[in-house]
Amino acid sequence: MSYLTDTREGAVHLLMGNEAIVRGALEAGIRVAAGYPGTPSSEIIESFSKVAEQQDLYAEWSTNEKVALEVSAAASFAGLRTMCVMKQNGVNVASDFLLHLASSGTRGGMVLVACDDPGALSSVNEGESRIFARLVEIPLLEPGDFQEAKDLTRWAFELSEELGNVVLLRSVTRMSHASGNVTYGPLVRATTQARFRYDGPLFDPECGPVISMIVGASKLQHEPQQEKIRKAALIFEDCPFNTYTGPEKPELLVITSSACNLYSREAINILQAGERVGILKLATTWPLPPKLMQKYLSTADRILIVEEVLPVLEEQIKILYAEMVSELGAKTFFGKNSGHLPSTGELNPDFVITAISSILDISYSPVSQSFAGQARELASISAANRGLTFCPGCPHRASFWTIHNALELDGRNGFVCGDIGCYVMGTLPSGFSTVKTLHSMGSGTGIASGFGKLKQFGMDQPVISVCGDSTFFHAAMPALANAVHQRSPLTMVILDNSGTAMTGFQPHPGSSENVLGEDAPALDIEAICRAMGARVEIEDPFDLEATRAAFHRLIELEEGAKVLILKQPCALSPERRYTKGFEMSIDEEVCLGENCGCNRLCTRIFGCPGIIWDDKKGVSRIDELICVGCGVCADICPAGAIRKGEVS
Amino acid sequence: MTVSDRSLSHDPYNIIITGVGGQGNVMASRVLGTMLVTKGYHVTIGETFGPSQRGGSVMSHLRISRTSSWSPQIPEYGAHLIASLEPAEATRVFAQYGNPDVIVICNTRPIYPVTVIRGEASYPSVDDIQKSLSTLAADTTFIDATDEAQKLGNSILANIIILGAICGKGVLPIDREGFRRAISERVKEEQIAVNVRAFDLGTELSSR
Ligand code: SF4
Ligand code: SF4
Repeated sequence: MSYLTDTREGAVHLLMGNEAIVRGALEAGIRVAAGYPGTPSSEIIESFSKVAEQQDLYAEWSTNEKVALEVSAAASFAGLRTMCVMKQNGVNVASDFLLHLASSGTRGGMVLVACDDPGALSSVNEGESRIFARLVEIPLLEPGDFQEAKDLTRWAFELSEELGNVVLLRSVTRMSHASGNVTYGPLVRATTQARFRYDGPLFDPECGPVISMIVGASKLQHEPQQEKIRKAALIFEDCPFNTYTGPEKPELLVITSSACNLYSREAINILQAGERVGILKLATTWPLPPKLMQKYLSTADRILIVEEVLPVLEEQIKILYAEMVSELGAKTFFGKNSGHLPSTGELNPDFVITAISSILDISYSPVSQSFAGQARELASISAANRGLTFCPGCPHRASFWTIHNALELDGRNGFVCGDIGCYVMGTLPSGFSTVKTLHSMGSGTGIASGFGKLKQFGMDQPVISVCGDSTFFHAAMPALANAVHQRSPLTMVILDNSGTAMTGFQPHPGSSENVLGEDAPALDIEAICRAMGARVEIEDPFDLEATRAAFHRLIELEEGAKVLILKQPCALSPERRYTKGFEMSIDEEVCLGENCGCNRLCTRIFGCPGIIWDDKKGVSRIDELICVGCGVCADICPAGAIRKGEVS
Repeated sequence: MTVSDRSLSHDPYNIIITGVGGQGNVMASRVLGTMLVTKGYHVTIGETFGPSQRGGSVMSHLRISRTSSWSPQIPEYGAHLIASLEPAEATRVFAQYGNPDVIVICNTRPIYPVTVIRGEASYPSVDDIQKSLSTLAADTTFIDATDEAQKLGNSILANIIILGAICGKGVLPIDREGFRRAISERVKEEQIAVNVRAFDLGTELSSR
């Protein structure tokens, strides 16, 4: 039995925020969960899959976030409680359908969980999902600690059913991936049957067909939708998850939500300012309940708003304040706009300490200047920047090695348009700085398709795109369809490492097993590309010579879309992990080090962490703990010093 | 005094477990957290993962308290104990979270950053790191955890040896039995014994 399904009410477990969200949904009797992997959200669907059989629920990794939202919506339309999960970037992908869904409304409780990544700790941007709540006019909830991550999630389903609309629950990395004590409530095993009712009149929320809008008739639904938002604001006035702690008339009122609530509490505690500062912690951050806000705004003249990343809360509060100014009188607001808090990146207790101590004129220094200086100096000598690099034995390092060298040799200034995934490192020295454009899932091929058509304007550089196997299904297929149909001359390299590697190796439509561990039909990428009309070749990226030859063949073809599939499992995949391919060694006699004219190719350029430079001896050496024995480096050493041996 | 009524010298008591992606840092912090929750403490753990798995620095922050959950990020200079699976990482974390009262436990086995492999930066001797840290911190213990773990048959057990070393310092209400229970939830039956052996070894090496 998983600790997530402990049936003892009152049991206490150490749960990750993402697990707390799952437990909350289980206590609410969820039946369907769908999502697309993305850090920091991935553990939610994974946890559902682990308890799916026992709790009689269905979970899936969908092809992309828009499809996930559609799958989840179907469950709601059939009267079931359902959750859809994604990271912040995913909400952009899902947003087309989301706008329509917000207008059609939902039936069974439906919660959209978006996990934002302030500071972009594992993302290519720190996009804000909160703004979507306003954009599509649905309520927004944000849990302020781990217990609330569970309790608020449970409540979100009830709210969704009461309003008849999807509810956005926003988490952040420091909530999703942090862990804390959570006390359990009763666990229900839902028995609701799925049934889609469509025989009532059009727009009937209970039993009519579910449609978002009819051209020209949009008012028919937009007004009721806004009515739901007004109702949400009323419900939020008494929401038990909006809490205040502090003196009746604080000198400074902190208004905050989410993980920033924990940072604010910490700061006040460290500054011992509990008698002077109050915290209004909001769980319902859009729409804000006006009466509640007025009550607390009236307690203090100075107000600090603590949130990450954009001043979403700050601006809403100022709008409300403007409407109440005659009753409330003059106030001073602090936050991002005043410069007391940074307007990019994630916050932490120290940022809040700095803001509060400057507003209240408190002096605070945790250690002496000289200690801090010495500690910093030690780190600057010892702790070189680690930089990001491909794992030892990563097939992408081999792929980029070949692509990079082949493009140099070709001499026509060819370049690569990339996508996001582990292969973003293709933009960095660890990927030989091969990738020259990088945006969202599938964009590499879309952009390449556009570059390809610039031939008529004199562009004569070969155009290459790279994308991973999960990304291929997610968003690159339409881009390839475009390239083929428009006869855009590009070479698309599909780095097929058999899974969604970046986020922890989740299955996708090309996998032969789904998230529930059941057999699933695996879609054949090669056959799909051929069916689309592309010329396709397939190689093993660890075979440097064959890959190079295939790549040259394809980029030399002037016409049409070509696809090179480079297939080799991710070094972290279950099938390769902990199994060494070869026992590698370096012959010290043969290794010429600095003198070989190769500029220490293996360590300085190829840069696999499995090879280290022995400064004293002036030779390279294999780090047997780190090398996974893929054997690729043996083929790159011009002196032939690196040897592949059988594993004993 | 028995282990269970050993009280915390600070509330919250702040521990950082650090290392390089893939060293089993997250596992160590979760096991330690579970041991303390079982004893009735409030534990908050903050950790980052993601691209950090690809050779980057990783850090787990543990806050242990009798009364409540705390921020998943420890304030600057606010650590009470720093346990590092890699020597350079100990200094990186120390610069941000260390203070003259901190206890440092550190594995001696370096993992070279790509910048060092490429020859753009250098890596000092582990002895020098140890010397400098011992002048700045209240208590430093360096352990050849990776070598010891290899002797036990798997280098990944270095994280458990370091966990044992934390226990050996006697600053937390944890013990071997609690470890056995917590690890049993996470590893296969046949691996429990070797994990307990690694834990004992760490305890012994740090309490010497
Ligand atoms: S996780 Fe897989 S794809 Fe990503 S860098 Fe490591 S080996 Fe390569
Ligand atoms: S064989 Fe060479 S390239 Fe492969 S992991 Fe080992 S050192 Fe790296």
